[in-house]
Amino acid sequence: MNLGEGVQVVSLIVLAAMLTASAMGVVLLPSIVYAAFLLGACFISVAGLYLLLNADFVAAAQVLIYVGAVNVLILFAIMLVNKRQPYQPIKLGIVRNIVTAIVCVGLFVLLSVTVTTTEWGVRPIASVPSTMVKLGQHFFTDYLLPFELASVLLLVALIGAIILARREMLPDIQPSGLGMSENLELLERPKEKASI
Amino acid sequence: MTLDAFLIIAASLFCIGIYGLITSRNAVRVLMSVELMLNAVNLNLLAFSDFLDSSNLRGQVFAVFVITVAAAEAAVGLAIVLSIYRSRDTVDMEQFNLLRW
Repeated sequence: MNLGEGVQVVSLIVLAAMLTASAMGVVLLPSIVYAAFLLGACFISVAGLYLLLNADFVAAAQVLIYVGAVNVLILFAIMLVNKRQPYQPIKLGIVRNIVTAIVCVGLFVLLSVTVTTTEWGVRPIASVPSTMVKLGQHFFTDYLLPFELASVLLLVALIGAIILARREMLPDIQPSGLGMSENLELLERPKEKASI
Repeated sequence: MTLDAFLIIAASLFCIGIYGLITSRNAVRVLMSVELMLNAVNLNLLAFSDFLDSSNLRGQVFAVFVITVAAAEAAVGLAIVLSIYRSRDTVDMEQFNLLRW
């Protein structure tokens, strides 16, 4: 990417601040709707970081798939599952949160120390004429089998999500001797609470 | 603009995701935390791809596959949350003891 060094550093700092703030908001905000919108901001700032890393195709895919599909899916799920209930306090809940925070901060310190003390052997960045051409060559030559398996995976996920989210069919009603028009309806069981 | 800066940003995102995964009570928020962690992994892959393997770009190929799997995971996970909400009438993670004991 043809940006000056100073511009890259400033945009890296701005994007990192946006990313950390919105990720903390996703985890810590009490309102789940605000958390979902902040998740979108988080995804967009990650896409900006991808652009800084010379990955324009992956940045576009990130905006399209994460912001356009996953975030909208999460918002729909929040609207479908929107039950405002006060959570019953569990015993030792505060202790659990504190212990988790300590473990996470410790893990972050450990990872940071490891990152800064390791010699990575950074090579000078070779200028690829177009990342999209390179990615297409990879996808259709040496990564062809995973590329095709990804389509099967998406099909399986599609069918599985439909089967899981649909209500079950009524097993006891057997329309025998009826016309085709009744058979084409999707039989659904009305909502009932299962025994807990 | 070094590799360390990107790796530390990804590490912080991953740790925030772990914290949300363990402490949140809402099942949808747990899925959002998983997405945060997958984004951190993608950021790592792209940083290594740019700084160590910039002529071959294999990390970007892998990141595209991770994005695909994350999209499938989000769809199936939200369908499971919806199905549990239908039968249990709650999304509180503390009351999901189906597979616990």
